[in-house]
Amino acid sequence: MPEVPTNGSSSDFRTEVINATPGGENLRICLQCGTCGGSCPSGPDMDYSPRQLFAMIDAGFRDDVLKSNTPWYCVSCYYCTVRCPKEIPITDIMYTLKQMAVKEHLYDDSDAPEWSESFIGFVETYGRSFELGLATRYHLTHSPLSKFSLGPFAIGMVTKNRLAFLPERIEGINQLKAILERAKQLEAEQ
Amino acid sequence: MKYGYYPGCSLGKSAKPYDDSTKAIADQLGMSFEEIDDWNCCGATEYFSLNKTAAYALVARNLALAAKQDSLTDLVAPCSACYLNLRKTDDYMGKYPKIGDLTNESLAAGGLSYEPGSLRVRHLLDVVVEDIGFESISEKVTNPLTNLWVAPYYGCMVVRPEFGDTDPVDAEYPVTMDHLMETLGATVVDFPLKTHCCGGHMTQISSDTAFELIRQLLHNADESNADVIVTICPMCQLNLDAYQTQVNRHFGTNYKIPILYFTQLIGLAMGIPAKKLGVGKEFVSASAALKKIGLEVEEEPAPAGKRKKDDKSLPMPSGRVEG
Repeated sequence: MPEVPTNGSSSDFRTEVINATPGGENLRICLQCGTCGGSCPSGPDMDYSPRQLFAMIDAGFRDDVLKSNTPWYCVSCYYCTVRCPKEIPITDIMYTLKQMAVKEHLYDDSDAPEWSESFIGFVETYGRSFELGLATRYHLTHSPLSKFSLGPFAIGMVTKNRLAFLPERIEGINQLKAILERAKQLEAEQ
Repeated sequence: MKYGYYPGCSLGKSAKPYDDSTKAIADQLGMSFEEIDDWNCCGATEYFSLNKTAAYALVARNLALAAKQDSLTDLVAPCSACYLNLRKTDDYMGKYPKIGDLTNESLAAGGLSYEPGSLRVRHLLDVVVEDIGFESISEKVTNPLTNLWVAPYYGCMVVRPEFGDTDPVDAEYPVTMDHLMETLGATVVDFPLKTHCCGGHMTQISSDTAFELIRQLLHNADESNADVIVTICPMCQLNLDAYQTQVNRHFGTNYKIPILYFTQLIGLAMGIPAKKLGVGKEFVSASAALKKIGLEVEEEPAPAGKRKKDDKSLPMPSGRVEG
């Protein structure tokens, strides 16, 4: 099989991103066409569009990329992924960048990493997500008097009986914890 | 046919009407659902942002449990995010041997393993459309939804990404739910934003971003005079329904579009009582829309708040949480 052509310059950072992303090799053949940014629902609120971000990765702007809000504003809608003419797994690359940013505490000051961590905290403890606990922990401890009012949302969830007051714990929680602990060890060895 | 059922966390409470209506229509349509014993959360869109190996392992525990349960072959998820995570994990474990190995090595710590491809992961809409089919459904319709104008909303995670020739619907402009709604007797309106994002987790991270996405969807459905937006995803339902009041406040708009699950409309068309389908639990009441098909729906009343002694404002009707 012929080697995937590269588009000129290369950076260690790009190789790092590619190695951490299944199918990420196609990042090397990004055309800079901008279909990704044009398809992105939260594009207007991103520091850099995905296209710009890929040019920055190519040029080795490691810190700027990992500190940007771009990956955190990805909503996982996969529009960019299915539309990319070079079949770059863009959504998966955003996941890779988020994981790298969290590992190195390089992320921007958006609330997104805290949200992910609060959410997963409950999953790791109980095996299921817990909306009330999440709302309380995230909004009251992380962003009290949050940027938007929880009022009508919270009242409605309670009066419509759509909010559980206690978390549900799965029976095999110890099994799940053992699995996740092993997975984290393996991930650290990567 | 018997299916493995993965309800996911939302269907337990915030999307209970989806679970209720799915179970209510199952019998009549010949679907039998067997819940996966002791399933765990799929991690939504959050775990992959923190630790990929752990994220695949979390999802794969469900696949492993399902595969060893009562010779199940098809695993059905009504939630779009759960569907995608299960489907993607099964697909990637097979496509990328490294992911398969790391995931199985993790599972082994809990005495489990999963052979990718041993289950067919499917979304509920696909099962209803492909396995049951429009013809069988039309035979069960006793109360056609005549004159009800519906905007079929597919959202993202059932339609994208693409996994190859077994994709349930088109990634850009799916029509299966449109045909399903026509089968039920409803009028399907033009809804070009049918596969656009509902805001996902952005309601928690950047409300400005989320509210604009929700506004666009409500505006698009309103332009076509839709009575109802029909959804196949708990996250889409929650964002469009529970935040509609705040979106209206944010933009000075006055949308009042109820958001119902496709299973609720199937149930109504089959003559199943609205209450059994969880209709009435939506924030934005569907009663005005459902009057068009001759249904009087009781809403779950909100408890009346106590009036403070020094309250000098005009007494207002209590209860409804609306903008």
